[in-house]
Amino acid sequence: MSELIFKLSHHGRCATAQIPRHVAQKTTIPSHLLRNDEPLLPEVSELQVVRHFTKLSRANFSIDTQFYPLGSCTMKYNPRGIHQLAMLEGFLNHHPFSLPINSQGYLSCAYELQEILKAVTGMRGVSLTPMAGAQGEFAGVAMIRAYHHARSDLTRTEILVPDAAHGTNPATAAQCGFEVREIPTDKEGNVDLDSLRKVVGPKTAGIMLTNPSTLGVFEQNIEEIASIVHEAGGLLYYDGANLNAILGKVRPGDMGFDVMHINLHKTFATPHGGGGPGGGPVAVSERLVPFLPMPIVAKKEETYYWLTGKECPQTIGRLSAFMGNAGIILRAYMYARMLGKEGMERVAEFATLNANYLLAKLKAAGFTAAYANRRASHEFIITLKIEAKELQITALDVAKRLLDYDFHAPTMYFPLLVPECLLIEPTETESKEVLDAFADALICIVQEAKIKPDLVRTAPHTLSVRRLDEVKAARELDLVYKEK
Amino acid sequence: MNSVPKFLQYSKTHEWVRRDEDVLTIGITDHAQTMLGDLVYVELPEIEANLESGQECAVVESVKAAADIYAPVSGEVVEINEALFETPQLINEDPYGKGWLFKVRPYDNDTPHLLNSEQYLKQVASEAH
Amino acid sequence: MPFIPHSANDIKEMLATIDVTSIEQLFEEIPAHLRVKNMPAIPESLTEMELGRLMRSRAEQDSGLLCFIGAGAYEHHIPAAVWHIAGRGEFMTAYTPYQAEASQGTLQLLYEYQTMMASLMALDISNASMYDGATALAEAILMAVRLNRKNKSNRILLPSCVHPFYREVVKTIVTQQGIELVDVPFDEKTGRLSIETLEKMTHEEIAALVIPQPNFLGMLEEVDTLTDWVHAKKALAIAVVNPMAMALLKAPGQWGHAGADIACGEGQPLGVPLSSGGPYYGFLCCKKELARQLPGRVVGRTVDLEGKQGFVLTMQAREQHIRRAKATSNICTNQGLLVAASTIYMSLMGPHGLRQIALISHQNAELLQKKLTAIKGVELVFEGPYFHEFVIRVPRSVEFVLHQLAKSKMQGGFDLSKAYPHLGECLLVCVTETKTAEDIDKFVTALASVLSCEDHSRDKTEKTEHVRTYL
Repeated sequence: MSELIFKLSHHGRCATAQIPRHVAQKTTIPSHLLRNDEPLLPEVSELQVVRHFTKLSRANFSIDTQFYPLGSCTMKYNPRGIHQLAMLEGFLNHHPFSLPINSQGYLSCAYELQEILKAVTGMRGVSLTPMAGAQGEFAGVAMIRAYHHARSDLTRTEILVPDAAHGTNPATAAQCGFEVREIPTDKEGNVDLDSLRKVVGPKTAGIMLTNPSTLGVFEQNIEEIASIVHEAGGLLYYDGANLNAILGKVRPGDMGFDVMHINLHKTFATPHGGGGPGGGPVAVSERLVPFLPMPIVAKKEETYYWLTGKECPQTIGRLSAFMGNAGIILRAYMYARMLGKEGMERVAEFATLNANYLLAKLKAAGFTAAYANRRASHEFIITLKIEAKELQITALDVAKRLLDYDFHAPTMYFPLLVPECLLIEPTETESKEVLDAFADALICIVQEAKIKPDLVRTAPHTLSVRRLDEVKAARELDLVYKEK
Repeated sequence: MNSVPKFLQYSKTHEWVRRDEDVLTIGITDHAQTMLGDLVYVELPEIEANLESGQECAVVESVKAAADIYAPVSGEVVEINEALFETPQLINEDPYGKGWLFKVRPYDNDTPHLLNSEQYLKQVASEAH
Repeated sequence: MPFIPHSANDIKEMLATIDVTSIEQLFEEIPAHLRVKNMPAIPESLTEMELGRLMRSRAEQDSGLLCFIGAGAYEHHIPAAVWHIAGRGEFMTAYTPYQAEASQGTLQLLYEYQTMMASLMALDISNASMYDGATALAEAILMAVRLNRKNKSNRILLPSCVHPFYREVVKTIVTQQGIELVDVPFDEKTGRLSIETLEKMTHEEIAALVIPQPNFLGMLEEVDTLTDWVHAKKALAIAVVNPMAMALLKAPGQWGHAGADIACGEGQPLGVPLSSGGPYYGFLCCKKELARQLPGRVVGRTVDLEGKQGFVLTMQAREQHIRRAKATSNICTNQGLLVAASTIYMSLMGPHGLRQIALISHQNAELLQKKLTAIKGVELVFEGPYFHEFVIRVPRSVEFVLHQLAKSKMQGGFDLSKAYPHLGECLLVCVTETKTAEDIDKFVTALASVLSCEDHSRDKTEKTEHVRTYL
């Protein structure tokens, strides 16, 4: 592993070509407002910087270098052409407060993306401003609250969340000031309808659902759930994390959902960037349109302009300092244009084909599917419960050993309902050969666990570091480097 | 098998209670600490805080899990185990001794809702299914 | 089929393995009547070449402008190395470092970022970043309220000289939880906060005061006095600052006797392009005693099985995927890619370079201000020190002035007349190291010519319904 960049530092060294020349050191700023020490930034040459960070990049797995079947994250190919075009000078140097007459290029792209998202979701209004899925959820739940309040319906204090949901769902509901009520899942992976009927009522503000769920199966009772919740006066939130599974096949608006977010970094292939940026636009049905977060792009004749709280007084407000992750919105727009209508339908088809194929191969090799009676969506779960018992290896061990085979590990230990699970999402952009090789690797690892279990238990062996001590990290928090 | 001492009382939520005259010492059971794994952080109630039985009053965290601690009885907090702030692993190493969490002076000496060791063992066994 | 590698034969073999006859059969669990019939709004697909043609024409419409707007997003030179390296696939197409051993690049970079940012703020710790400056402020406020549980105050003093959109975002986010935001007006003469005004706001207990440096109007606040004042009220000091300025100005951890408790702001000035307002990243730093309430991803240094240094995500048990409804925040993103760019930027600049850029930006602003206020009818609105932005009042409608300037490819600044109507026709102007003496003169000449234009009646007619700025 590389040294910390601070260890390369030499006092007085700098990237000379980057520093402005001829700067007078005297200033009119009063001295009590000035800093009189130096922050701990490295003093290094430009070459040292380039070499250090290039080396660091090589210690990462990424879509560009490895198969990355991280369940629920939709790690598909991020087209290079799109990235290059998003870096055009007119987009890159464009100030967010430029006048609309100087912003028609960007505004037209954003406007058209709003229209495309309405079409693929079956919704009536879209706001692009939320900067990530979790912020989209926040916007959605805040709109549900605003909707009830606007009707003077102030008793709705609860949001229902299935136990299989992403952690962001309950966290968001709580952040919006709601009480969270969990709904159990039945043994086939659907929401337990009897439990749902028991908890809905005059306190229900809404329910948050992912469909296909995080269990990798389509919620078959969706229409019944919608009618139970709607009859009780609640609204339905669609968590778009798994939209890739149904893009062009079925639309949340048609399933009865009132509000949803779309993860642009998943379904629309914008780069994940090592944990961000993302994009989480929200789409809503007719009755929630007045509450959308601002700003929104509107069009009059051939001119595009911003709608703000002035025109939309019931809006829940602003969610970002400017208008969201514009660069991500641009990339998603370009991806949608490259796919076009036909391409968009193919996304769900091939994501589903790949998932079901890989599942079929693994089942044939003796792995246990968590929901064996169900069709997989774009992802599926295998449980290593039996292997854990018979061979004393855990899902964690298998995941770490996969890294040695040059595959990124699937999502582990989520959803919490399934013990020793791996949630696998291959995405549509992977070829059959890659899926075959991945299946072979898993089969090999189980063989290894039988013959040389320690090899698996102490994996990885081939990366820049061995298994890391997370307990030490948490107990002895070392979050910043300090010079001795 | 995790130990469940006979001389302690237990709550359904995996706290143990030891009675010393008019003060109760509270901790989490060996079973609970095993399930959580290596503990890395503990949050304890304030001294003099008034707890209602069943109230969430402390948190223990491992790397991959967090658990709320519920007050097994109503009462006033009279002492907390400050050693845990620096060395939360005491709970893993000695859950019924050095790993105690806090002490309470109960409002009521009657604690019929608490379990004895046999009842607690049964409950743990039933949760395993 | 864009980006789908399957051949007809692959499909056949795969269907046979699954034991179905068509892809369609895989969707049999979706009720037939729910299936999409048609999506007419979606256009036909484009090849990369066709897309390139389209996007170049769009980008062209927005390009070629000389920019004197700041208002929270600042144009600085970005060394080529920054995005050449941040744009490497290994950084750009990785995800959150869940598998630490396969993500040491991102993790070590984040640890280095945390070190640099905490040090720039003169505070103990930093998280791995938030969405942007506005949401970082909202999270800082939520943090302060959680920390203040004891005296149970939910009141936050949020001065009107904090970015107006930050205030709107904060309102959207924190009022869901019943937090009370108290507006504190700034002094009309100095454009800054005054202790007298603050004293009037404290008839009830407060949880925190937000202190901007520089404030939205570009002015430098008396941060020591403000920090000591809020600490005397037993409440927290939340700094919202321009990180570039902190290489030159006293940093939050150095304010007053005890230092600000939390510092946040927009990381964009450090190597992130303007790009229509995002993606940027928010930074959030605090004193180490507050670590447990710090939301978002945090990276820690540890060792591997063999005792070798390595990095992991840590303090995860306070996050949404474990704590669910009880998490400190619902956030799971850090703006990893932007943080990568910023870390590379800060490494290239070093403490010396960063200070030079802050200094020259400040000096350019003073130069421009002197030249602008020499124009007849243009006046400097506030007295006192500013960083690289200042407010001028113009003798005509700001909206008119900006549109006229735009005709000569000049972006003259941010129109304050909507957010602060009581100030009159005011313009917030920004200069950084990117502007030469010629650029500055060009702007001065252009503004002088717009203002000397005879026909005042055009002020009104120039305003059309859809040609407006954000507010």
